[in-house]
Amino acid sequence: MIPLSYYLILSATLFAIGTAGVFMRRNLITILLSIEIMLNAVNLSFVAFGRAAGDLDGQIITFFVMTVAAAEAAVGLALVIALFRHKESLNPDAFTSLKW
Amino acid sequence: MLALIPLFPFLGFVVNATMGRRLPKAMSGGLASIVMLGSFVVSVVSVWQLVGIAPEARASLAPQVVYTWIESGDLKVDLGFRLDQLSAVMILVVTGIGSLIHIYSTAYMHDETDSEFARYFSYLNLFAAFMLVLVLGSNFPVLFVGWEGVGLCSYLLIGFWYKKKSANDAGKKAFVVNRIGDYAFILGMLAIFTQFGTLDFQAVAAAVAALPVETGFGILSITTLLLFIGATGKSAQIPLFTWLPDAMEGPTPVSALIHAATMVTAGVYMIGRNAVLFSHAPATMLMVAIIGALTALMAGTIGLVQNDIKRVLAYSTVSQLGYMFLAMGMGAFGAGIFHLYTHAFFKALLFLGSGAVIHALHGEQDIRNMGGLRKELPITYRTFLIGAIAIAGIPPLAGFFSKDEILFETFAHGHWILYTIGAITALLTAIYMFRLVFLTFWGDRQTSDASHRHALDDSHRHKSVPSHGHGAGSHLHDAPPAMALVLIVLAIGSVAAGWIGVPHVLGGHNELHAWLQPAFEAPARAGAEVAAAGEAGGEATAEANLELTLIGVSTVIAVLGILIAFRVWVKRRVIAERFAATYPGLYKLLLNKYYVDELYDAVVVQPIKVVSTEGLWRGFDVKLIDGAVNGVGAIVDASATTLRRLQTGSVRTYAGSLFVGVIVILGYYLWR
Repeated sequence: MIPLSYYLILSATLFAIGTAGVFMRRNLITILLSIEIMLNAVNLSFVAFGRAAGDLDGQIITFFVMTVAAAEAAVGLALVIALFRHKESLNPDAFTSLKW
Repeated sequence: MLALIPLFPFLGFVVNATMGRRLPKAMSGGLASIVMLGSFVVSVVSVWQLVGIAPEARASLAPQVVYTWIESGDLKVDLGFRLDQLSAVMILVVTGIGSLIHIYSTAYMHDETDSEFARYFSYLNLFAAFMLVLVLGSNFPVLFVGWEGVGLCSYLLIGFWYKKKSANDAGKKAFVVNRIGDYAFILGMLAIFTQFGTLDFQAVAAAVAALPVETGFGILSITTLLLFIGATGKSAQIPLFTWLPDAMEGPTPVSALIHAATMVTAGVYMIGRNAVLFSHAPATMLMVAIIGALTALMAGTIGLVQNDIKRVLAYSTVSQLGYMFLAMGMGAFGAGIFHLYTHAFFKALLFLGSGAVIHALHGEQDIRNMGGLRKELPITYRTFLIGAIAIAGIPPLAGFFSKDEILFETFAHGHWILYTIGAITALLTAIYMFRLVFLTFWGDRQTSDASHRHALDDSHRHKSVPSHGHGAGSHLHDAPPAMALVLIVLAIGSVAAGWIGVPHVLGGHNELHAWLQPAFEAPARAGAEVAAAGEAGGEATAEANLELTLIGVSTVIAVLGILIAFRVWVKRRVIAERFAATYPGLYKLLLNKYYVDELYDAVVVQPIKVVSTEGLWRGFDVKLIDGAVNGVGAIVDASATTLRRLQTGSVRTYAGSLFVGVIVILGYYLWR
């Protein structure tokens, strides 16, 4: 049986990749994808903990996360389209007018 | 029942203050006079009932409590009214003279608009109501309500013509100077409460009576001295007398009300009310007598040279109040109250008479611009003359008996210096009063050179009336019926008021003295003292001879004063001018009232102004308070200028800080 720590290391690695993507990419679509990777990294650790603990709580909360993630993707993409129509750009650094 | 006495004028005040502007003058003035007369009737009935009670029981009547006003721990204060011999005299004076002044005012103030007229009468009624509360109150706090109330009303009435700056200033001055005295009075009340645990007059008197008379300068002396300082403010004695002459800015009937019936008598009354307390502090009593005598002398000398008809009368009031305090300080409380009572008649008469003169001359107040009014204002002249004779102390008019009793008591107590001062003041009184009579009513009209004099003496502020408006040939109107009636009633009073206090040596019984005496004793012992006084009555004939001698001296002094005035201001007017020219320093000193106002200005007003302007305003307020407020603003502004750089608008910066924040919090919990 694969020990719990393997899942957790994989989960942390995926999370780090997602975080790096959020900060380093210059494209809003890619950033959204990176956020999805982070969410799924968390899902993986939930399921792994659930399995290790021997109950279904981890899997139930994962379903919630996936539902929220679907909604988030819908809202996020709609925002991205609206932003693109506004500025003809997908670079997040183009949208800095909301400041002091 | 007693509560009705102040309640009537108070209702008059409420009606006139709320609905007065819609009422015609006859209604508002009539209402104000009627409530005062109603109050007078209730007073007479109350006093009549008091007369019906056995003499021993009069002084110890229980107060009529309306309700309990304050109850807190040891302190219990009732809104209670008590009528005893002293307040009986006071309410008769206040309501009687007050009613006459109200009636007089209906004619005097007739030129005002309806709303001003009603405002005037509402103040007048309120004034009387507070004064009645003052004299009827059965304990210190109730007295203090009236005490403060008359202070407020004096401010309102002195500044009645509020569009005139000098009237406004005079009103404020009266109020502020009174506050100084009131502050000491409050301290005195607190001292009494801490020592005796009660503020009821009878209870305090009973508690004090059990104590020995204080020999040195102890706590009783301090307490009474504080109360006396309060009295000097209200009753215009040194050092707080300066407001009273300025109070002449108000309408003339107001001056009469303040000087005769209300306000200034409060201080004398208060000392009489606490006679037992004051008697136990000889140090204070001596102080009261000295201050009284000095005030009498000082005001008398100032009165000699003033040229404003009302100011002469104002200084005369200060001087006569000095007499009253001299009597109080001598322990002759009955004599002091007697003088208060006779003074109310002739001073009201003199003020209202001067009001009639001013009314006839359309606002002229400078006696140098008068003269010869004897033939044109016969009623005013005759009544004014009676008032002047009464105050000068010619027997058998009112002023003679009361003033003489004071002088006799002073001499009998062995204070011959104070007696001399009093006698000199009596001489001065006769001189300045008859100077006023001669300059105003005798000789010829002085209007022709009025403008010339006015130009010479531009420091003197009187209403400049165009002299052609009432030239020497024009006809003047004597007092209208309402005013004339009041003058005649007061003139009768000025003649006859003294007859209830005729001393034994002149064949009288001094009823007033016997009536008042129990009110000045401790309640428990009152009966015994009266009996003792009765036994002592048939004592030394030597004292009777002394009294007769002093009566003779007083009469001679008064006649002498009138003769001097006659010689200086009727026969040879040059004497006065030559005297002024020979001693210019003295003349200027008196004309400028010993520079007391200037002294107070330099010693008190200016330093306070400097401290307030430079220290409190420019220093404390601008630098410290404003500095702190503005400093807080500046700090917020500066830090915000820096911190707002954090809001970049870039989503990734926010995400970064979020991330770092999570790491830090997680790290803290993992490694702590």
